[in-house]
Amino acid sequence: MITALVVIPLIGALFVSVAPQSRARAVALGLSLLTALVALTMWRNFDGSSAELQFVERYTWIPAIGAEYLLGVDGFSLLLVLLTSIVVPFALLAQPAGRGFCALMLITQTALYGTFTAQNFVLWFLFFEMSLIPSFLLIKLWGGLNRDRAAVKFFVFTFFGSVAMLLAFLGIYLAHGTFDFARLAGLGAARLLTGNVGWLAFGGIFLGLAVKAALFPFHTWLPDTYENAPTGATMVLSGLLSKMGIYGFIRLLLPLFPHEISTIAPWLLTLAVCSILLSALAAWAQSDLKRMVAYLSITHLGYCMLGIFAVAALPQRPPVEAQATLSGVMMQVFNHGITAAALFYFVGLLEQRRGSRTIADFGGLMQRTPLLCGWMSVALFSFLGLPGLNGFIGEFLIFKGSFALAASATAVAVFGLLFTAVALLRCMQALFSGRIANDAASFADLRRNELTVVVPVSLLMLAIGIAPQWVFNIFNATVIQMARALA
Amino acid sequence: MNPWIVPNLWIIPALPLLASLCILSLGKARRRPAALVAIFAQAAALVLAVAAFAPTLATPGFRATHNFTWFTFGENAVRIGFVLDPLTAAMLMMITFVSLCIFVFSTGYMAEDANFTRFFAYLSFFSAAMLGVVISNSLLLLFVCWELVGLASYLLIGFWIHKPSAAAAAKKAFITTRVGDIGFFLGILWLYGTSGTLLLYDGGRGALEATSLLAIASSATFIALLIFCGAVGKSGQFPLHVWLPDAMEGPTPVSALIHAATMVAAGVFLVARVFPFFSSGAVDGVTPALTVVVWVGVITALMAALIAIAQDDIKRILAYSTVSQLGLMMVSLGVGGVAAGIVHLLAHAFFKALLFLGAGSIIHGSHHEQDIRRMGGLRRLMPVTFATYAIGMMSLSGVPLLFSGAWTKEEILHGTAHWHGSPIPHYLLLLGVVLTAFYMTRQMIYVFFAPQRTQNTPHESPRVMTIPLIALAVCSIGLSVILTPAWPWLHQYLLGRPAEFHLGRIIQPMLFLSAVLVGAGVGLGVLLYRNAETSDPLAQRQPALFRFLTNRMWLDEIYHATVLRLSAFAALFADWMDRNVIDRLAGGVGGFGQLLGLVTAGVDERGINAGVNESADSTRGIGRLVSTWHSGRVQNYLRAVAVGAVTLLIVYAWLG
Repeated sequence: MITALVVIPLIGALFVSVAPQSRARAVALGLSLLTALVALTMWRNFDGSSAELQFVERYTWIPAIGAEYLLGVDGFSLLLVLLTSIVVPFALLAQPAGRGFCALMLITQTALYGTFTAQNFVLWFLFFEMSLIPSFLLIKLWGGLNRDRAAVKFFVFTFFGSVAMLLAFLGIYLAHGTFDFARLAGLGAARLLTGNVGWLAFGGIFLGLAVKAALFPFHTWLPDTYENAPTGATMVLSGLLSKMGIYGFIRLLLPLFPHEISTIAPWLLTLAVCSILLSALAAWAQSDLKRMVAYLSITHLGYCMLGIFAVAALPQRPPVEAQATLSGVMMQVFNHGITAAALFYFVGLLEQRRGSRTIADFGGLMQRTPLLCGWMSVALFSFLGLPGLNGFIGEFLIFKGSFALAASATAVAVFGLLFTAVALLRCMQALFSGRIANDAASFADLRRNELTVVVPVSLLMLAIGIAPQWVFNIFNATVIQMARALA
Repeated sequence: MNPWIVPNLWIIPALPLLASLCILSLGKARRRPAALVAIFAQAAALVLAVAAFAPTLATPGFRATHNFTWFTFGENAVRIGFVLDPLTAAMLMMITFVSLCIFVFSTGYMAEDANFTRFFAYLSFFSAAMLGVVISNSLLLLFVCWELVGLASYLLIGFWIHKPSAAAAAKKAFITTRVGDIGFFLGILWLYGTSGTLLLYDGGRGALEATSLLAIASSATFIALLIFCGAVGKSGQFPLHVWLPDAMEGPTPVSALIHAATMVAAGVFLVARVFPFFSSGAVDGVTPALTVVVWVGVITALMAALIAIAQDDIKRILAYSTVSQLGLMMVSLGVGGVAAGIVHLLAHAFFKALLFLGAGSIIHGSHHEQDIRRMGGLRRLMPVTFATYAIGMMSLSGVPLLFSGAWTKEEILHGTAHWHGSPIPHYLLLLGVVLTAFYMTRQMIYVFFAPQRTQNTPHESPRVMTIPLIALAVCSIGLSVILTPAWPWLHQYLLGRPAEFHLGRIIQPMLFLSAVLVGAGVGLGVLLYRNAETSDPLAQRQPALFRFLTNRMWLDEIYHATVLRLSAFAALFADWMDRNVIDRLAGGVGGFGQLLGLVTAGVDERGINAGVNESADSTRGIGRLVSTWHSGRVQNYLRAVAVGAVTLLIVYAWLG
């Protein structure tokens, strides 16, 4: 079943690259939705009360180095699989796209499914790296003004992180002779590696993931990349690729190195707080709409990092708080994926209409395009963490848990909520109100086909904000088990 | 056991919420149905509020809750719920009734507005959120509704979106209140961590009940003060009051409903709702948390009353008077008079809505003139507005005997006189009474008594606007019946005690004192403004003082020069640092990686020359890109992997 998930987009990419240029997007969308259907079937048959890996597929692959073909999902994996199934089709709809673009998007989708389901490091790393190449090409070929620089910067940064991570895992393999996540996690509770080797390995993996999750100060590739990537690619980058970092932190770093994290927790928490506050402040100073959203994305990822580090900060972790934090992080991952993608979608719409993303070029949109402004406001307020919309649930739980586990860092981090609001309201004021910018007369409101994309996504945000239980049901058992393993 | 209404309390806010969604989907053209839907939903909510009121009447001190699980994370349920007690019931009645009056008034006031339907959608949404706040039995649910109230306020202040000033005011309101909400949020987190529940009442296990209060005793002061931050923001208390006068950029019915009668009172309501946190560990009714509440209230009450003296915009005067009255309510809560504070809140809601709607009627009638110095002679031209406005003014000033405001204010002064903390707040509030009477007299003289100053003859407003005025005026007077010391029914109802009638108690020393003070204020006002021209007599006599007050004590300017400039600078600094320092640093690390490849693989032209950004700049075109990719990067990468693996082996062998 999971293999189908991974393979369909890959074969799809081949199909798309021979499809007629005008049909390419439709074919890609169809295939992407087909995999989404597979993911939905998986969700239907998923036993939410069990924390075990499900739909496991295990075959020997390269026995010499202990690399198995091992795919499986627990609650957290499934959550991200579902997120991928939502965001990729959404991103395909964001812009007119030709053969190459669609094929690359589908390859990215394969890589994402693989990353979120692989349970063996070698396989995982393969998919992890595989996502890099199509994203690089998407930016490089269809990106904005500074696409060359952005693409290479993105590539170099993440590549460097990957190398560090690979080395670290080689070290672990040499010590324990296995690449299996579950077995390594079992060893992690009692110090995987001691002394300096342990720290080296921790450092390598940490670096690789921190770059991916854009933790301060490894985040500077992100604004450039998001700004210059084409809309669809930005949606996938922000909605999904950044989540690979968070996923790695929870799947690898927390179970493998709880001792190391807890030893330097104050420093890590400081980095997370810097991520949150400095990016929110920097967002305020941006004149480019896309760059602003990019910075706020770093803030939102920062909340996740805060939660992850807080969980490991204390040697004693009350299960309630650990569960709250982990649930919050997973919720935040899901919600940020949807909301960030939606916001970048709207930014893309504005860019298509106005030919510019500079905030100062807009104004008075509310009078001309009430529908666009209304639905965009839903995404903006969700990003701002307004209760009643999806963003709030995750943030509340992260803060609830981390306040008990790391009170002072959390108390400072909460001001991220304030600065985020300042940045977003400044943007709303400039965009929606005031005088109508000169050529806004030709500015079209949401079209019917755009509405059919926007409305379901907005309703999803609202549904999660009001009745989030169905999302929690996906990962509750996994959270309980993770919290127990950490206790 | 529970009356049927308790588990169904959610219907009360759900009705206006549904109305709001319904109106939004109706579209811009259906003006009449939109107004009808909104008013009908509000009326139905009022009926249900009465139904909720009934059981609390039957049993003194009635309290029933209905709790349920919102969601479960891990093994823990987050529970929320509704509570019905006298506080909830009284607030429900007040909100639904005042809202209904204001909705009806708005059909007249907004009749010519192009976005008439959107206005009613927002108003209904506001009403729903506000009703949600008062029925919440969980601080979490309360916070959710609290933020939605803030959103509604944001939307309505910025309703005339083409006005840049309105958009700025909306943003200011949202952000200023959010500053307070950060504190509130932290308070919630702290409480949740220590007591393990956010339910207020839960059959003995709720956060406000004895067991939990004992458990959080050591941190109760901090929790209370953090929650108070939220109240300070929402209720426009010093130092976060600056947004409220600016909020008058919204349409006048909005000012009446949100920024006078209901939303701004939410802070006072919140403090009353979680009062046990504030009073936990009290000695003689004094705790550190309550002392803070008292002093914040006193400073706010006095400062706002002073500023109100020197304002010329009719709505701004009322706005500052609202700030001042909210301060008064806070003082009352701080000295332990919860019932007195809430009773003043309820009475204030009626007469302040009346005053604001009156101001709306005046503005409407005088062709959108808001400067009181350019009004005049409206006594004859707008008789109904004049009569009702006068009733509102006398209630606000606290003219004894007939008007509700007098009794409630007297009760508060009574409380401060007996406070063990300090005698000073009492005297400062007495000064506040004089000031209130003074600035209201000034306003009355300018607007109604002075000679007419405009060419455009003002006209009385249509009946759809005057009838709500009359209804609110009747309530402002009629409410006194249940407020007098002879039969303080409302106090006792809120305290959960049956009320007794003693005519003798109506004669109180405080009554005479406040009569004298109000008389002094009114007298002073008449004396000073009797023959006032467009230039203010006070400004002629004390120009420096007057300018100080007109400019709102330069508090906005001070904030601009300090907090705002500092954070704007911080934002620019964060951006600059990101571009120029951290990026370089990270580039340096990247360079180090390349160095690693370089050292191990011998000479590599590309590796020598390229820092991260330079190599990025030098890469042009796909052909070259691919060739770079083949000749440089991948090989570097593989080399690095190989070298790293070897290094690690060596290190490992060496250490292990």
